[in-house]
Amino acid sequence: MAAEREPPPLGDGRPTDFEEQEDGEDLFTSTVSTLESSPSSPEPTSLLTEDVSTNSNGPKPAEVVLDDDREDLFAEATEEVSLDSPEREPILSSEPSPAVTPVTPTTLIAPRIESKSMSAPVIFDRSREEIEEEANGDVFDIEIGVSDPEKVGDGMNAYMAYRVTTKTSLSMFSKSEFSVKRRFSDFLGLHSKLASKYLHVGYIVPPAPEKSIVGMTKVKVGKEDSSSTEFVEKRRAALERYLQRTVKHPTLLQDPDLRQFLESSELPRAVNTQALSGAGILRMVNKAADAVNKMTIKMNESDAWFEEKQQQFENLDQQLRKLHASVEALVCHRKELSANTAAFAKSAAMLGNSEDHTALSRALSQLAEVEEKIDQLHQEQAFADFYMFSELLSDYIRLIAAVKGVFDHRMKCWQKWEDAQITLLKKRETEAKMMLANKPDKIQQAKNEIREWEAKVQQGERDFEQISKTIRKEVGRFEKERVKDFKTVIIKYLESLVQTQQQLIKYWEAFLPEAKAIA
Amino acid sequence: MMEGLDDGPDFLSEEDRGLKAINVDLQSDAALQVDISDALSERDKVKFTVHTKSSLPNFKQNEFSVVRQHEEFIWLHDSFVENEDYAGYIIPPAPPRPDFDASREKLQKLGEGEGSMTKEEFTKMKQELEAEYLAIFKKTVAMHEVFLCRVAAHPILRKDLNFHVFLEYNQDLSVRGKNKKEKLEDFFKNMVKSADGVIVSGVKDVDDFFEHERTFLLEYHNRVKDASAKSDRMTRSHKSAADDYNRIGSSLYALGTQDSTDICKFFLKVSELFDKTRIKKQNITSNPDALPHLQLPSESPPPAMKIEARVSADEDLKLSDLLKYYLRESQAAKDLLYRRSRSLVDYENANKALDKARAKNKDVLQAETSQQLCCQKFEKISESAKQELIDFKTRRVAAFRKNLVELAELELKHAKGNLQLLQNCLAVLNGDT
Repeated sequence: MAAEREPPPLGDGRPTDFEEQEDGEDLFTSTVSTLESSPSSPEPTSLLTEDVSTNSNGPKPAEVVLDDDREDLFAEATEEVSLDSPEREPILSSEPSPAVTPVTPTTLIAPRIESKSMSAPVIFDRSREEIEEEANGDVFDIEIGVSDPEKVGDGMNAYMAYRVTTKTSLSMFSKSEFSVKRRFSDFLGLHSKLASKYLHVGYIVPPAPEKSIVGMTKVKVGKEDSSSTEFVEKRRAALERYLQRTVKHPTLLQDPDLRQFLESSELPRAVNTQALSGAGILRMVNKAADAVNKMTIKMNESDAWFEEKQQQFENLDQQLRKLHASVEALVCHRKELSANTAAFAKSAAMLGNSEDHTALSRALSQLAEVEEKIDQLHQEQAFADFYMFSELLSDYIRLIAAVKGVFDHRMKCWQKWEDAQITLLKKRETEAKMMLANKPDKIQQAKNEIREWEAKVQQGERDFEQISKTIRKEVGRFEKERVKDFKTVIIKYLESLVQTQQQLIKYWEAFLPEAKAIA
Repeated sequence: MMEGLDDGPDFLSEEDRGLKAINVDLQSDAALQVDISDALSERDKVKFTVHTKSSLPNFKQNEFSVVRQHEEFIWLHDSFVENEDYAGYIIPPAPPRPDFDASREKLQKLGEGEGSMTKEEFTKMKQELEAEYLAIFKKTVAMHEVFLCRVAAHPILRKDLNFHVFLEYNQDLSVRGKNKKEKLEDFFKNMVKSADGVIVSGVKDVDDFFEHERTFLLEYHNRVKDASAKSDRMTRSHKSAADDYNRIGSSLYALGTQDSTDICKFFLKVSELFDKTRIKKQNITSNPDALPHLQLPSESPPPAMKIEARVSADEDLKLSDLLKYYLRESQAAKDLLYRRSRSLVDYENANKALDKARAKNKDVLQAETSQQLCCQKFEKISESAKQELIDFKTRRVAAFRKNLVELAELELKHAKGNLQLLQNCLAVLNGDT
C-alpha cells in the first residue's frame, strides 16, 4: 500500500528525521507548499510513507471534537513514528471534498514531536488519487490490556475494577506506559459519549460489551465458583477487545474522552449508563421512537452502493448468527464431552481395579489416565472454541448492528434534508401567497424564513453527503478490519486444534504399548 | 421415507468377507462355520440370512442359508438356558433387540420439518440420519452374528439339536414372540430368580476358586455396567460435537459463498475442513471378538471433521460395545455361578433330606436317588463351570487386549489424519494472507 502513495511534495524535499528532533521547526516547511484548493476551509490530510517522515501540521491534536457545528476542525496528520517497524503502514486521512465545510478529521498518530509552536493551522490537501481511502494503516503504536479484575466493595454495591494498561509511543499521551483502574460502567460511559459524538455522522463506533444482571449479581453476592470466575474472565476479555477495537479507529483515537478514559486516574462516575436512570429511560424511549421512524421513512436511494451494502450486511448478520449458534452448541457439547470423559476415566479406573488379570488391570488403569488427560484437553479446547471463535462472532454480530445503526442515521439525515426541502417549498408558497395578498411586512418575514430554510436545505444536503462519504469510508475500513480479524482468529483457532491433535497423538502413543503388553 | 431404507442387501456382502465375526479363539474350523451373510430391514423387523458351511454329517448339505428373525434367535437362546444339560456352561448372551425406534423417530421428524429448511440442509440431515440408521443396523447384525459364532464355537452347544434346526430348517420356525402372559411369567421367574440368587449367594462355597470367582464377578459386573454407561455417554457427546462441526462447516460454506471480500476463499477452505460428507459404506462390526476391520478410505483423505465423527464412531465400537458385550457376558457368567450355587444348595438339601430319611427310615431309596442326582448334577456343573470360567477370563483378556490396541491405533490414525489436514489447511491459509 505504501507504494501507491507518493510522498507529499515537500518544501525541503527531504524527509526529516523525527526521532531526534524535538522542535517543530521542520513541521512547517514540509507542508505548506502543498496547499491546493479551498483556501478557506482547513482540511487535514496527511500522507505517510514508510520511510518518509513528514509532518503535516494540524494544530492541536486535542481538538477533534466532532459536532455538527461548522467549526473548522483540524487534525494532526502524522506518520511513521519509529523506523524499526517497517510493517507500519502510513495512515491516511481521506480528504473531504472542498465544498464541504464541516470537516471530519481523520486522524493519525501523533508523531513524537510535540507540535507546540503551531500558530496557524496548516492544511494539507492532497489530490484524491494520492490518498488511498483504504490505506488506513493498521498498526497504531498503542497497546491496550485489560487485566487484574478485582472486587471492590461489598454486597450489592460491589463492583469489579479492571486495570487498563496502555503502552504507547503516541505523543498525545503524556506518558508512554500507564495504567488506570476502571469499572464496567466507565466503559459503558465511554461508549455512550463516543456514540453520541460520532455515530450520527456516520462513524462506526464499536459497541461496548453487554450488561449482564445475572452475572454481575453472582459476582456481587460473592459466589466464588467457577461460573462467576468464568463470567469475570469473559467480561475482561470482552472489555479488552472493545478497547482494542476502539483505539484502532483513527478518528476515535483522537477523541479527548477516550484519552481521558485511558489516562486520568479519576473518572466521573457514568451514571447515565444505569438502565433505570433517567438517561436510561430516555434511551429506551428514543430507541422505540427510532424503530417507529425507521418503518415510516421511505428513502429514495439514489446510490445503489448503499442499498447493496445494506443488503450485504443483512445477509452477513444472518449468517453470522447461524454460525454463532453452531459454535455455541459446539462449546456446550465439548464441555459435556469433557465431563463425560472424566466420569468414564474414573469408571475405567475402578474397572481396572476389579480386574484380576494384572496386565489387563494395568492397561485399564492406563486407559483411565489417558482419558483423564484427554478430558483436560477437551476442556482447554472448549475454552479456545469459546474465547476465540464464539466471542469473535458475537462481537461482530454487535458490530454489524452498529453498522446498521449508522446506515439508519444516514436515513435520518436524508429525512431531515427532505423535510427541510419540503418546508422551504412551503415557505416559498407562503411567500407567493403573501405577494398576491400584498402584505409587505409578512412578505419580508416570509423572505427571511425562505433564506433561513434555504440555508437549512443546503446544510442538510451537505450533511447528507458528508455522512454518506464517511459511511463509505468507514464501511471500507470495517470490511478490511473484518477480513483481518477473521483471518487472524480463525488461524489461531486452527492452530489450537492442531495442538490438541498433537497432544492426543502423544497420549495414545504412550498408551499403545501398554495395551499391547496385555498378555 | 422408510421405503428408501428397505433394501439393504449390499451392506455386508463384499466388505465383511473374510473378516467374519471370528474371535481369537473362535477358530474357524471346517466343521462348522456360521455367519450372517445378509440382512434386510423391513418396517419393523429385520431379516437375517444365516449362512452355514459345515462338513458335519448331520447336515444334509455342506453349505446352506436360511432366513431368520430376531425372535428366533431369542428362542434359540432361551432353549439353551432352559436346557438342564447346559446348566454348567456360560450361555452366550442373546443379542439385543434391533432398536430402530429412535432413528425412525428422527427420520419422521425430519420428514415433517422438511418445509422449514433449505433443500441442502434437508438432504444433509437426511444423509446423516440414514448413516446413523445404517450404523445401528450393522451393529445389530454383528451382534446376532457373534451370538451364533459363539454357539458354533462352543464344543457342546454346537451339537445342540435346536441349533441345527435353527441353522438348517429353511422354513419359518413359527416361533412367536412371547405373548403377554408369557412375558409376565418371565418377569416373575426373573424376580424369583434374583431373590433366590440372593439366598443362594449367602451360602459360602467350599471351593476357593468358585468363591473367588463369585466375588470377582459380582464386582466386575457392576463396574462394567458403570463403565459401559459412562462410555456410552462419552461417545454420544463426542458424536454431538462432531455433528456441530458439520453444521459449522455448512455455515462457513454459506458465508464463503456469500461474502464479497477476499475472505470468502478463506471461509470456503475452512469450511472444507469442517464439513463432513457421509461415507457410503461404514463397515462397522461391533463384535468385540471380531478381527479388526480398519476403515481404510479408498479415496483421498476425508475432511478433518469427518474424522472427528469417525473417531466417535470408532470409540463407540471399540470401547462402548466392548464394555456392553462384557456386561452381558459377565451376566451370563454370573448366571452360571448362580446355577451352580443353586445346584449346590439342592445337593446340600438333598443330603439333609437323605439324613432325615435315614433317621426316620422312610423313603430312603427315594432320598438316596435324589441325592445322587443332585450330587451328579452339582459335580457336572462344577467341572464344566470351572473350565468355562477360565475360558471366560481368557476370552475377556484377549478381547480387551485386541480392542484396546485397536482403539489406540485408530485414535492415533485419526489424530494424525486430523493433524495433517489441519496443517495443510493452515499452510494454505497462511500462504494466502
